[in-house]
Amino acid sequence: MIENKRTNWPVMICLILGLSTIIFPLYMTIMIALKQPSEMTNSIGGILSLPKSWSLDNFREAMRITDFWRSLLYSVLITGASVVLSIVLHSLLGYVLGRTKAKSKFYSFVYYFVVSGMFVPFAILMMPLAKQTAQMYLANWAGVIILYVVFYMPMNTLLYTGYLVNIPVALEEASRVDGATTWQTYWKIIFPIMKPMHATVAIITALSVWNDVMMPLIIMGGSGANTLPLAQLNFQSQFGTNYNLAFSSYLLALIPILIFYVICQKRIINGVVNGAVK
Amino acid sequence: MKNERKRTYLLITIPILALFICFNTVPLIKGVIYSFTNYKGFGNYDYIGIQNYIDLFTDARIGKSYLFTFKLAVVSTIVVNVLSLLLALALNSKIRAQGFFRAAYFLPNVLGALVVGYIFNYLFTYIVPAVADMMGAESLSTSILAKESTAWVGIMIVCAWQAIAMNTIIYISGLQTVPEDVYEAGALDGATGWKKFWKLTFPLIIPFFTINMVLCVKNFLMVFDQVMALTKGGPAQSTESISYLIYNNGMSGGQFGFQSANAVMFFVLIVVVSVFQMKISSKKEEQL
Repeated sequence: MIENKRTNWPVMICLILGLSTIIFPLYMTIMIALKQPSEMTNSIGGILSLPKSWSLDNFREAMRITDFWRSLLYSVLITGASVVLSIVLHSLLGYVLGRTKAKSKFYSFVYYFVVSGMFVPFAILMMPLAKQTAQMYLANWAGVIILYVVFYMPMNTLLYTGYLVNIPVALEEASRVDGATTWQTYWKIIFPIMKPMHATVAIITALSVWNDVMMPLIIMGGSGANTLPLAQLNFQSQFGTNYNLAFSSYLLALIPILIFYVICQKRIINGVVNGAVK
Repeated sequence: MKNERKRTYLLITIPILALFICFNTVPLIKGVIYSFTNYKGFGNYDYIGIQNYIDLFTDARIGKSYLFTFKLAVVSTIVVNVLSLLLALALNSKIRAQGFFRAAYFLPNVLGALVVGYIFNYLFTYIVPAVADMMGAESLSTSILAKESTAWVGIMIVCAWQAIAMNTIIYISGLQTVPEDVYEAGALDGATGWKKFWKLTFPLIIPFFTINMVLCVKNFLMVFDQVMALTKGGPAQSTESISYLIYNNGMSGGQFGFQSANAVMFFVLIVVVSVFQMKISSKKEEQL
């Protein structure tokens, strides 16, 4: 049994070599972002070597062109609001459906009706939604938030309803005996107990919303506002062949999520796995 | 007392359900209705029955996009699952700095697909040909994205780069559910290496294999960002995924009605594939 404890060096070496497939594209991004176009000779050496002088000019210019801070603000606003609303609304719906669907035909129908929304690809919704949001004056960030809350409802409701099975009904009944209303009981007892599921839902929703391009492209594409990914798409033509500028902008778009990942990678990984496995 | 509960339940359900119907069910129904019209996205339109659906089957561009999307989905799913299973086994073996390696290999999954696509676009266009030139590999000396026969490989690589991260982490959580005594019992019976994996480990992680298959196929069938960032459907429309074609021709190409029919067909297809996958996997799980 002792030999089992030894480090498996061949596997270790393969893993280290394999890491290059992840590090290399990121390294390339950073190097190109820091350089001036004049340093980019046609050889690989010119592209991948360290820059001769360190300067943040590219970033300043990229921020100006893509209106970085405003795009960041929209990204944060849309992601934040979508996550908060998802947690509040989807957990409420998940709670009601989890407690009623076994006994009531109506709620059972609602449950399957909402959850089967998972099969609906965005491709079929996008054209009617573009028309509909324009008519409702929702072709902007607010519309995007509402649509995210609706689009992730099937998945999140499924997660919450599944989680609720583990929470004994006795807890609620005890609270009711004490005279609390259903609404009070939910917020005081059930909502806090579902905390692990809130974390999972928050992480899955946040990652999907933050990185999504299609929804903002279709709904708020004409509003003049950008999210970070949408800004990369919309300013492609302005970067032209100045790859240094383009890569500074890409790097700026990646930095917030990279920081977030470094700080809470364990939670993110757990959240994503939980969401997928359940 | 009981009425109070019932009323609260209804007061919660009805507004949320109304929201869902308004922004999911209604557009879905509208999409189906548009699919029977010759609507261009603006102006007047007429109902033309099932003409759009008949046209779908004779339109070469539509056929091409379905072929491309399926080729991508099938090949990527196989590549991703094989590689991520290997990676998961490696990451689950006795190595140092396990936490670091796991976190590092998961990193691609949190990055935005569009930006990742742009980065790889540059890599395929400039770096890979330059390296190929140095090593004298002529077939790679032009960008793989510029050739009709190879552009889909570029998209597959980018899709795989991100999907492997996700699938690996799911396989790892699967491998951790396999109890150590299974291996000990297997070792007594002389199960080692390949046999040990195939006869002991794999059957026990089949549920996780199923999750990964479903995730992969669904995501790859809906591929959009990568196409947008890498090829915009080119060269010669060889990499137009279904979602990209619906977006491109439906939103701005004057084919609102026709692409709605395409979207309805795509929707039916997703449902069929999902139901088929669930049937197969539940059967496999029963057999064990």
